[in-house]
Amino acid sequence: MSKSFAKSSLYFNYFFSSIGKKQVLAVTATFLCLFTIVHFIGNLLMFAGPQYFNWYGHTLASGPLLPLAEGLLLLLFLSHASLGLWLACENYRARPERYYKKVRSGRGATFASATMPFTGILLLFFLVLHLLHFRFGPVYTIVYDGVEMRDFYRLMIEFYANPLNVVLYLLSMCLLSFHLGHGVQSIFQSYGWIHSKYTPWVKRMGLLIAVFLAIGFSSFPLWAYLKHGVVGY
Amino acid sequence: MSSKNMTIHLKIWRQKCCSEKGRMENYTLTTVSPDMSFLEMLDLLNQELIVKGEEPVVFDHDCREGICGACSLMINGEPHGPEMLTTSCQLHMRKFKDGDTIVVEPFRAKAFPVIRDLACDRSAFDKIIASGGFISVNTGSGAEANATLVKQESAELAMDAAACIGCGACVAACSNASAMLFVAAKVSHLGLLPQGDPEASKRVYNMVKRMDELGFGNCSNEGECEAACPKGIKISNIARMNRKFLLSSLTSAPEEGGGKQEWN
Repeated sequence: MSKSFAKSSLYFNYFFSSIGKKQVLAVTATFLCLFTIVHFIGNLLMFAGPQYFNWYGHTLASGPLLPLAEGLLLLLFLSHASLGLWLACENYRARPERYYKKVRSGRGATFASATMPFTGILLLFFLVLHLLHFRFGPVYTIVYDGVEMRDFYRLMIEFYANPLNVVLYLLSMCLLSFHLGHGVQSIFQSYGWIHSKYTPWVKRMGLLIAVFLAIGFSSFPLWAYLKHGVVGY
Repeated sequence: MSSKNMTIHLKIWRQKCCSEKGRMENYTLTTVSPDMSFLEMLDLLNQELIVKGEEPVVFDHDCREGICGACSLMINGEPHGPEMLTTSCQLHMRKFKDGDTIVVEPFRAKAFPVIRDLACDRSAFDKIIASGGFISVNTGSGAEANATLVKQESAELAMDAAACIGCGACVAACSNASAMLFVAAKVSHLGLLPQGDPEASKRVYNMVKRMDELGFGNCSNEGECEAACPKGIKISNIARMNRKFLLSSLTSAPEEGGGKQEWN
């Protein structure tokens, strides 16, 4: 066996091994978490007013790196989802005959950890709808300082004037908190970064991030609905 | 020894062989002493079945002292039953109440096919061990014990991992039937000591590879294995295996570590 072939088969084995798949999943999860946090911080600009929010959207959308960023995000989401599903299918096949009776110890699995594939799939549906509503949604334009740009603010306000959309969004954020509640701490375990000193804090931080992001994101449609959906734009 | 006898209702998995479909059977025992171990209670049941001319229930057991790892019962939905850090053989009937119904099943995993009734074939663990769960030493007289220095912390961690008896409760408890805790315990127990260090990289790579080939599931970091382990093996061992496997995959030369190299 030539050395180069042996090397390539080694990396092949890593990426197709149980631990390799978990670690690649964790890498994609890390970047998706960072994206979610940045997305949240950017959206906070809607509280500053329509101009700020629209300028922020315009700056992002007109930037030369937009196609690259969108391509990377698409790759991240697709690889995360497909790897997760692949692992879930393998896990399902690893126990062909289910238990007659099985109880959780109460010291390990949680509702969040046991439902990761399901919350993941539902979040993927949410993501597709979210993109259809906003990224590929109706194009309203507005002019600030002689520059024409998309009026994302108006799009958001109109969309969340419908309470059904608000409720669906809030439910999706519940799913997000469950997914991240187990996911964030799981990233560290998959990398092998675990220590009696910091692991308890990592677990607390994971839960905090999950709850904080879910509440934070939920504030946007609630605010839009209460401010404009009830009163009118 | 003065305790009153208990009545125990049992729902036990009966299966003739791995290719045949199994089913739950109901039995009732009226003379169970609270001082009996769980396996002695099954012995009592089998004695009654033999007297009645029926087939006794097959189950694995050996030392009955909680150190061999042969017993492998799923009792009321938990591997080795409800008591923490205890194997099935060390579980006593006093942990149950008079009139309780107890569900007894074999460990279930694709890699652990049922042989008969409650006995399953756990030779997959032996195959993983054969792929690297050992150290290579020169034959001859034993080396001077103090010649090799071992850090106290490493010795403690290695001993904690070495407590694994290979019973398979981790696989049984895992919602994905993953063998990560078992493999991680072996990787840690050998790799943390200087005697196991020279082959550490090759060991983790080959053992994980073998584990994957045998059809065990993947780890989803839930910690059910740790909760079920009768020897208290920690999932921090899995974290150690994760990073050692990554390092082994990225750094070791294939002719030393990876590829198709087999010892046996």
